[in-house]
Amino acid sequence: MSSPRSWRHYPQRYRYEAAVCTKCGKVHFPPRLICDACKGREFTTKTMARTGKILTHTIVRVGPSNFADQSPFAVAVVEMDDGPRITCQVADWNQGQLTIGQKVRLEFRKIYDEGASGIINYGYKAVPI
Amino acid sequence: MRDVAIIGVGMKKCGELWEKSLRDLYVESALDAIDDAGVDHIDSMYVGCMSGGLFAGQEHIGALMADYLGQTPVPATRVESACASGGAALRAGFLEVASGMSDIVLVGGVEKMTDVSGDEATYALATASDQEWEAFNGITFPGLYAMMAVAHMHKYGTTSEMLASVAVKNHANGSKNPLAQFPMKITVEDVLSSVMVADPLHILDCSPITDGGAALILCPADQAKKLAKKAGVKILGCGMASDTIAYHSRGDLTTLGAVVKAAGLAYKMSGKGPKEIQVCEVHDCFTIAEIIVSEDLGFFEKGKGGAAVKGGETAIGGKIPINTSGGLKSKGHPVGATGVAQAVEIVKQLRGECGDRQVKGARVGMTQNMGGTGASAVVHIMEVM
Amino acid sequence: MTVGIVGYGAHLPRHRIKVEEIAKVWGADAPSYKKGLELREKSVPAPDQDVITLAVEAARNALARAQIGAQEIGAVYVGSESHPYAVKPTGTVVAEAIGAVPNCHCADFEFACKAGSEAMFVCTGLVKSGYIKYGLAIGADTSQGAPGDALEYSASAGAAAYIMGSENLVATIDLQHSFMTDTPDFWRREYQHYPQHAGRYTGEPAYFKHTLGASKALLEKSGMKPADFDFAVFHQPNGKFPMRVGKMLGFKREQLETGWLVPLLGNTYSGASPLGLTAILDIAKPGNKIFMCSYGSGSGSDAFILTVTDRIREAQDRAVKTRKLLDENKIYLEYGEYAKFRKKILKAE
Repeated sequence: MSSPRSWRHYPQRYRYEAAVCTKCGKVHFPPRLICDACKGREFTTKTMARTGKILTHTIVRVGPSNFADQSPFAVAVVEMDDGPRITCQVADWNQGQLTIGQKVRLEFRKIYDEGASGIINYGYKAVPI
Repeated sequence: MRDVAIIGVGMKKCGELWEKSLRDLYVESALDAIDDAGVDHIDSMYVGCMSGGLFAGQEHIGALMADYLGQTPVPATRVESACASGGAALRAGFLEVASGMSDIVLVGGVEKMTDVSGDEATYALATASDQEWEAFNGITFPGLYAMMAVAHMHKYGTTSEMLASVAVKNHANGSKNPLAQFPMKITVEDVLSSVMVADPLHILDCSPITDGGAALILCPADQAKKLAKKAGVKILGCGMASDTIAYHSRGDLTTLGAVVKAAGLAYKMSGKGPKEIQVCEVHDCFTIAEIIVSEDLGFFEKGKGGAAVKGGETAIGGKIPINTSGGLKSKGHPVGATGVAQAVEIVKQLRGECGDRQVKGARVGMTQNMGGTGASAVVHIMEVM
Repeated sequence: MTVGIVGYGAHLPRHRIKVEEIAKVWGADAPSYKKGLELREKSVPAPDQDVITLAVEAARNALARAQIGAQEIGAVYVGSESHPYAVKPTGTVVAEAIGAVPNCHCADFEFACKAGSEAMFVCTGLVKSGYIKYGLAIGADTSQGAPGDALEYSASAGAAAYIMGSENLVATIDLQHSFMTDTPDFWRREYQHYPQHAGRYTGEPAYFKHTLGASKALLEKSGMKPADFDFAVFHQPNGKFPMRVGKMLGFKREQLETGWLVPLLGNTYSGASPLGLTAILDIAKPGNKIFMCSYGSGSGSDAFILTVTDRIREAQDRAVKTRKLLDENKIYLEYGEYAKFRKKILKAE
């Protein structure tokens, strides 16, 4: 991934900034230009709470080429306490914690790098709490 | 709008076709379809292809195929909707004929997937998900469908044995299809003891990496008799719908909303309902997909798809035979060609050409093709003329 | 102007490796490491953790305790000898992640194990000068010891973050003093993966000379004696050195034990004495006096005298405590997994 493509999303990947539709209140993560619920086009920025719960999960045992070194790794759909849902890796989980309903908190982690000499892409992973 | 018929089909055996290039795969199936129909020219052509760029380093595939098919200067358009590229190409061809713009339209689909390594193919396929908010975090397609399986199992009690039953049935069907990539019969035990790809999906719950092409010739229904050598198959209904690109944004993680919507449109247009469908090809990229789709098409109550396949209701001779070709699972899944290949099977079924896997007396059939985690879905309903 | 700590926070990886597990691979004598150096296990960063990720989580904990807006932070300094980039600051990523950009001064520090206390020293000075309202100082490392080297038993990972300011303090920094000379006891040349060290020369003329030099000078400056303090924490490259230097200065074991994390944590380098201080602040009471002295090879020591204030009570529970990070939720690694985590296994290009 080129560095501008990664950099563009720092407000979300680093700080969990969401957009709240001023018309209907729906919280969008990532932000959008038009609300898919009410078609509103005005938003305010909100930093989401870092906590949520697992809605579904898996363990990816064969990763894509840029994640080949990390396999196997756990992934989940997480519903954040502020409403939006995200897909992210689950890190540092113990037996019994990769389950539907498990509470998690997002932590700042390396997601992948562009080889030993390329940029490092950081973002969020869910850690059971 | 004019009624549209499919008057020719073409397809070769799918597989790891080391000697064949992207263009070979398209052109050979297109030539078969042209010969099957018996037409002497085409007015326009479509190419369904998901990722010529990432799989073969080739874009601009419409013109490439027109050139190598010896058809320049006909208009040639590539259609891309991830794994629904083939179905979307069929819809585009259907609309072109129905509109009166062209009479004889070639609709083909193609994918050359084995020129890259396995993890590069996994990467290329993952581009059909949301690159920034799903794939960025390492999720793969087996992973996304695995999460769908976990959600479905949690909500409805679907079991790994039920998932495996899909693969067992489709391999049994594929064993009767000379075009299938993996025509071997397998057992539930084989599936459950095969290597885990993304829990709970084993490798035998997943469709393979496949090279392949498929093609159809379309024409106005009222010209079918005049133009074609064989019976025409009329496209009664055509529905397409979209959904959120990211799986996590779906309200219900166990339903494919675009499939429900596309099927609704196709049923309405055709005047047929689920009970009138006699044979159906669905997009079983993973075993869980066939179970969910069989519910979302209205064949079974929500949550009952797993029990239905385990109980043999979707086998040939069952209530609604699904994936008589072997499906993506056994026949193979050359992604951009799949939607077209499904139509090839249904046309052959409705023409009564399927030999050991023939659904007796089938006159009305359906294809369901989807891209990504169901963000694109295309459904066609057909009836032999 | 009174200056001091407004908020503090720690972060540690969950993975650990035991001394026996490393010793087994190299045919070394585990009991001698356990007894001689008082090391039992060490933290290991997961492949997705580095100085930046540890620093961000520690900084988030410090912010939670400080109860200030990140935009009020005027400086972000991260001290480390394992910055993920050779060129590109660690601090910019940290500042971006906590929302301290763009009106902020930022620099990465490196001084072997002393870079974290250096950041604290500089932030305190900038707050005192009035140039900034708050400054964020972080000591973090994911240090590497060469396979089979003595350092492999201790080199570990962790981060401590401090927000310095002049109001709403949890502890005042009453005095600070720095002591340094050119002493080549430990180094890593550019492009080298592992550091080199000068064996026993790292002891008396290096660690002890500088920690004693800084501590004695500061005690003299303050007119205080070891008995005046409730807690003391020294740089802890192993279990033995900090206890010995404490004793040499006249501190008692009870004063030293709270911040003595190394037997279970290993040497977190730039994070070492700053992390020890977080463990002390976690349980300190208003009025407690704390003595801290770091050490970085090369060599130098920064020493600080702190007094805990009333606000400590409300700050302590606003973020995870260091002993909890140290003692709970541990995942033990075998050497093979550890070697994979730390990229010690040669793979095909």
